[in-house]
Amino acid sequence: MAIERVRPAAPLPAKILLWLVLSLLYVPILVMILGSVLDAGILTPKWFLQVFDDGVLMSALGNSLLVALGASVLSTFLGTFAAIGIFRSKSKIRWAIEGLSVISLIFPEIVFALSLLSWFFVLGLELGLTTVMIAHVSFSLSYVMMTVGARLANMDASLEDAARDLGAGEMEILRSVILPLLKPAITGGFILSFLLSFDDFLITYFVNGVGRDTLPVKLYAAMKMGVSPKLHALSTMMFFFTVALLWVLLKSQVLKALLDRK
Amino acid sequence: MNSRRSGLSLPALFWFTGFIFIPLLIVLAVSLATRGIYGGFAWDISFANFQRCFSETYLGIFFESLQVASITTLMCAVIGTLMAWAMATAAPRHRYFYVCAVALPFLTNLVIRIYAIRVFVGFEGPLQSFLMALGIAVDPFSFSQNQWLVYYGMVTTYLPFMVLPLYGAFEKFDFNLVEAAQDLGAGPWRILFSVILPNLKRALISGAILVFVPAMGEYVIPDLLGGAKNMLLGNLIAEEFLKARDWPLGSAISILLIAVLLLVASALMKFGGEKHGH
Repeated sequence: MAIERVRPAAPLPAKILLWLVLSLLYVPILVMILGSVLDAGILTPKWFLQVFDDGVLMSALGNSLLVALGASVLSTFLGTFAAIGIFRSKSKIRWAIEGLSVISLIFPEIVFALSLLSWFFVLGLELGLTTVMIAHVSFSLSYVMMTVGARLANMDASLEDAARDLGAGEMEILRSVILPLLKPAITGGFILSFLLSFDDFLITYFVNGVGRDTLPVKLYAAMKMGVSPKLHALSTMMFFFTVALLWVLLKSQVLKALLDRK
Repeated sequence: MNSRRSGLSLPALFWFTGFIFIPLLIVLAVSLATRGIYGGFAWDISFANFQRCFSETYLGIFFESLQVASITTLMCAVIGTLMAWAMATAAPRHRYFYVCAVALPFLTNLVIRIYAIRVFVGFEGPLQSFLMALGIAVDPFSFSQNQWLVYYGMVTTYLPFMVLPLYGAFEKFDFNLVEAAQDLGAGPWRILFSVILPNLKRALISGAILVFVPAMGEYVIPDLLGGAKNMLLGNLIAEEFLKARDWPLGSAISILLIAVLLLVASALMKFGGEKHGH
C-alpha cells in the first residue's frame, strides 16, 4: 500500500476529551503511587517494608502465586491442545467448544462465580485453593485458545504439508513443526492466564475457603476499613507486577496478534 | 485432514462442560429449589423463587441497575466515539501509545483501580483538598461514596470495551470521505453524524453489548464506590448468596438477569443487522 495520507484531524473537543479521560484513568493511580513512597513529603521505603513484614499479606501473596501458577499451567496445556484440535476442523467438538468459550467470555462474572459455588456445593467439594484454581482455569482457558488460535491462523500451512510429504506422522508434525512455531503464542497465553488469575477478585471471593485469601481478596477486605499508605504500597506493587507482565506480553507480540485478528 | 486432531481438544471440552455448562444448569435447577434451613437448598421444586423476584424492592433494584447500565453504556458510546476519533486521527506514531494507554487499565486489577479512585476522592484526598482550596465546600463523607463515583468507576472501567472496537472501525474507515465532505463545506459535527457514524454502527453495537452485559451484573464498583443506597443487581445476588444464604432466590434472580441480557443483546444485534443490510 502507498504511504498513508494524512487523516483530517478530529475537532478540538474530541482531543480534549481524550486527554481528560486518560487523566481520569491515570491521575488516581499516580496519586496512589506517590502516597506509597512519601511520608510527610519525604521519600521513604517504609510503607513497602511494612507490607513485607506483614505475615498475613505475605501468605496471601503465596496463595495468589500458587493459584496463578497452577491455573495458568493447566489452562495453557488444555487451551493449546484445544486450539490445535479445533483449528480448521469441521467436527461438532469445535462447535461445542466455541459456543462454551463465548459463554465463558461474555456472561457476567457474578453468574459464573455463583454457578461454580453451587456446583462445588452439590459435588461436596470443600472450598479452598483447589476450587479457586478450577475456577481460574475455567475463565482463562478461552484466552489461551484465542492467543494460540490467532497464531495458528497466521501459520504457513505449507510447512505442515511439506513435513507430511516427507513422511512425518501426525505426532511428529505436532511435535517438530506445530508446537515450535506456536511457542511464542503459548508463552503469551501462559502469561495472560497467569495475569487473569493473579488479578481476579470476584470469582475468587465466591469460591475460596475461609482463611485462604488471595491478595486481591485481602485488599478488598482491607479497603472496606479505609485507605492507608501501607495499602497504597501493596496496591502499587501489584500494579507494577501486572504492568511488568504486560510489558513482556507486548514484547512477545501476542497482544498485537490478538488485536489484528479482529 | 485435521479430523484426527480434533481429539486433542477433548480435555478442554470436558473442562468447559464440567465447569461452565453443568454449573449453569445447576443454577437453573437451584432457582427452582427451596431454601435449606441452614443455607444451601432442598430439592422441593416450585416457581416460588421467581414470584418472589417480582416484589417491589427487587424490581426497584432491577430498574436501578437497568438505569445505571444504560447510562454507562450511553456515556461510553458518546465518549468512546469522540476518543476513538481523536486517537485514529493522531499522528501514526502516537496512535499505538493511545491504544496501549486505553488498554492498560483494563488489563490491570479492578480492585486496585477502585482503590486508587478512593484514594483520589477520599477523605482529605487530593481532590477534596483541591476543591476546599478553591473555596468549594464539600461534605467529606457523602463525597467519598455516591452515585457519581459509581459512574466514574463504571465508565472508566468499561470504556476500553467501547473504544477498542470503535478504534478498529476508524482504522478501516476511508478518511477521503471526510476530506470530500470538508470540500463540500460540512463542519466537523455534520461530518461526524452524516459521514462517520454510519460506518461505526457495527462497532458501536458490539461495544454496547460488551459494556452493557458486565455493567448490568457489576458488583465491585457499586459495592466500593456507592453508598448504602446504591445497591445493584450484582450486589443483590451476592447478598443472597453470601449473607442472606438464600441461594434459590439468588439463582432465580441470576436466571432472570441472564434472560434480560440475552434479550437486550439480541435486540441490539438485530438492530445492527437490519441497518447494516441497506
